[in-house]
Amino acid sequence: MSASETLLDVHDLAKHFTLTKGFPRPVTTTVRAVDGVSFAVQRGEAFGLVGESGCGKSTAARAVLGLIPPDAGRVRFAGTDVTDAKGSTLQRLRRRMQIVFQDPYSSLNPRRTIGQALTEPLGVHGLARGRAARERAIALLEEVGLPPSAYDRHPHEFSGGQRQRIGIARALSVEPELIVADEPVSALDVSVQAQVLLLLKDLQARRGLTFVLVSHDLGVIRWFCARVAVMYLGRIVEDGPVSRVFGTPRHPYTRMLRDASPIPDPGIRSQLPRIVGEIPSAADPPAGCHFHPRCPRASDICRTVYPQWRADGEGGVACHHPED
Amino acid sequence: MIVFVVRRLLTSIPTLLAVLTLVFLLVRVVPGDPAIAILGDRATPETLAALRAELGLDRWIGTQYFEFLGHALRGDLGTSMVTHRAVWTEIAEALPHTIVLTLAAMAIGCLIGIPSGVWAALHRNGTIDVLTRLLSLLGLSFPVFVSGIFLLIVFALQLHLFPVIGNPRPGDWVDGLHKLVLPAITLGIVMAAYVVRVTRSSMLQVLGEDYIRTARAKGVSRRGIIWRHGLGNALIPVVTVVGLYVGILIGNSVLTEIVFNRPGLGKVIVSALTQRDYTMLQGMMVIYCFLIVIVNLITDISYGLIDPRVKQ
Amino acid sequence: MTDAALSAPLSSRRATIGRLLSDPATVAGLVLCSVVVAGALLAPWLSPRDPLEQNIIDRLTGPGSEYLLGTDQFGRDVLSRLLWGARISLMVSFLSISAALVIGGAIGMISGYIGGRFDLVTMQVMDVLLSFPSLVLGMIMVALLGSSITNLIIAIALTAIAPFARIARAPVLVIKERAFIEAGRALGFSHLRILLVHVLPNIVTDLLVMGTLWMATAVRTEASLSFIGLGVKPPTSTWGGMMRDGFENILDSPWLCIWPGLAILVLVLGLNLVGDGLCDVTDPKATQ
Repeated sequence: MSASETLLDVHDLAKHFTLTKGFPRPVTTTVRAVDGVSFAVQRGEAFGLVGESGCGKSTAARAVLGLIPPDAGRVRFAGTDVTDAKGSTLQRLRRRMQIVFQDPYSSLNPRRTIGQALTEPLGVHGLARGRAARERAIALLEEVGLPPSAYDRHPHEFSGGQRQRIGIARALSVEPELIVADEPVSALDVSVQAQVLLLLKDLQARRGLTFVLVSHDLGVIRWFCARVAVMYLGRIVEDGPVSRVFGTPRHPYTRMLRDASPIPDPGIRSQLPRIVGEIPSAADPPAGCHFHPRCPRASDICRTVYPQWRADGEGGVACHHPED
Repeated sequence: MIVFVVRRLLTSIPTLLAVLTLVFLLVRVVPGDPAIAILGDRATPETLAALRAELGLDRWIGTQYFEFLGHALRGDLGTSMVTHRAVWTEIAEALPHTIVLTLAAMAIGCLIGIPSGVWAALHRNGTIDVLTRLLSLLGLSFPVFVSGIFLLIVFALQLHLFPVIGNPRPGDWVDGLHKLVLPAITLGIVMAAYVVRVTRSSMLQVLGEDYIRTARAKGVSRRGIIWRHGLGNALIPVVTVVGLYVGILIGNSVLTEIVFNRPGLGKVIVSALTQRDYTMLQGMMVIYCFLIVIVNLITDISYGLIDPRVKQ
Repeated sequence: MTDAALSAPLSSRRATIGRLLSDPATVAGLVLCSVVVAGALLAPWLSPRDPLEQNIIDRLTGPGSEYLLGTDQFGRDVLSRLLWGARISLMVSFLSISAALVIGGAIGMISGYIGGRFDLVTMQVMDVLLSFPSLVLGMIMVALLGSSITNLIIAIALTAIAPFARIARAPVLVIKERAFIEAGRALGFSHLRILLVHVLPNIVTDLLVMGTLWMATAVRTEASLSFIGLGVKPPTSTWGGMMRDGFENILDSPWLCIWPGLAILVLVLGLNLVGDGLCDVTDPKATQ
């Protein structure tokens, strides 16, 4: 994972949602779901995007894939601009990057068989038809650990874990280079989570896939990813190699997340979480550093000025008073 | 509450404008030249041109539109092409009869529909429930002119309980009421059929709510549960539905008035239709729209009165 | 459509039919409809006489052995006219509701799928159409278009477009938020494919159930328009037209109104019973 090719380059990505409510004087609220996010992912790398729910990580993931149009910023995939792509360019890009969803119950059309779900993309992209498509679909099923008999069955005949495998197989059908996995295991039973993660890891190694893994679960990120970015209220507050970021967090928010997340080895656990607090609404983020109301290190400047990004060797942090 | 009413009044303005626009477009976009439709195929070009000028059809469509809007909003609906009386006068004479009929039908519909609906819900899947359901379907299946004629045959022709001709003598209340019974029942059947179904399903839903179970657990009597906790909440959707179906009632009142030969908007619109009284038709549509918008308004406001959540 | 209905297995189609047939009311409705359909299809063979043949000597004959259901004021056989009239009722209602279902369904589906301001405006227009009494709208349309079978079908279709748009739109709003739609977009499916392959099958049941109920309404509307004299022109026999003729002789020949009235009732009730049964079977909330 050394100095290789940059597959995905996200620069200053922003997505705002506006909501107009009220009569006779309408009030427009703007939710800055993603507010200037930049990161880069190398080919073959597993990159994690972590944060509490509502921090904008899923929105960022969708904007990266071009599923929702961003309000500002650039997303480049292997040198091609995703944000402006249209028509056949977009169609070709779509083949190269895929998504795995959180909810395996809504990600498959209940009325279509597994075979239909797997062969439809093959037909749309002209990869295979008829018998050849069927064979490829069965090979995909085997690759994700499902029997060929699954081909003619409907989604409701499968468990959540099995459906997630089918969703992964469908994403693989178009032979993508990048897979964005949006909380791929958080809707599954704990016992199944490990199996699905192992499958993803295995696929990454075997197919040389690049991953962007979106999760709120530090354990998952720690195990799966090489690098991680921590998001808080629409912005990245810290990024770097997983071992460094979770080993010696520099941003107080990262530390809070780390400390709140259980670590199997009791010897490593330093102390109980110090801060709890509620995540503020992205519609009305606190002035200055968004994290200051929950931060033990907050000073006056934190309440007025949003901290500059400070880059260090392999990452960076946005904090006025970073830990060392 | 006042804010709510004012707000609702304001929001009904665009609806009204939209409906008026629809009326205007409907009359004009429909293929065929109204002048030919009125005068027939064999009319001379001169008479056709004269009629077009009289109707204002020779001018730019935008001018026509704003003129139509302006007149309609001032209550000026033009003059009938057949009787040469003001459209508004003709309608104003007929309107009270239709309103009386519709209100009576609404009252009958609610008086029959709400209790039967509650009753059916309380005896869910029992004989009463099934019977109510079938009867309400039967009621929905009768076109009003069929049920009207059947009632006429049974009660007026066979049993001689009610008069056949329904033109009430002016000033005679007893006579008027007597002649209102059959038409109002005819129309009320439709309303009752709708109300029963809504009341039943709404009541069933409310009876399944947590607060009913809580009330039962607290030891509130069955009667108390039904009347204080159940019905009050169950009636909220019923009000909306009653409002929605007033449109259906107004439509069906046309047929009822024809069958029972009662004065009212129905007779006016049918004679306008058969005589191709173009201005009259346009005026009628405007009036119907006003009625519907007003009823929707009243429905929403009464909804606000019943449902504490709307008041804010 | 609810989430439960969406995730309900499709393969239970046979079970659905089974449940449908276990409800006596639905079966009764199917029987009533079948009787009318059979009568309409077999009219040329079942009719004792030509529906237009006039026997002035036998005019206003009561029901009896010569004329099973009697004759009208022109001496035409009422039974034959009823059988041929069934064709008009079924044809007009079926064609108009099919048109309304396709057009309204497409409007609702596309509007819900696109969403935003387009959806807002479209639905506002539909609401306006919806608020207009459909019978009055139908009357005015026929009056403006001129009365012919085609125009009758157009007029009735127009009155039913708005409700179908509403029915189609509501489940689309739920479905389009589901991940499999987004998956389709990520996989590069066109909007047309997503709509036709992934959205439409999920709403088609609702539309068909609604179609049955609205066909009942269309039969009523057609009969009502013919009764007013705005339907298919005489001498073609229609049930509403027969009632109109019969109403003039109601004092001495009430059967002229009773038979077509019952015929209308049988068809409308049949359709309503079937539609109601379908509603219950396809909507898990309404059952029990």
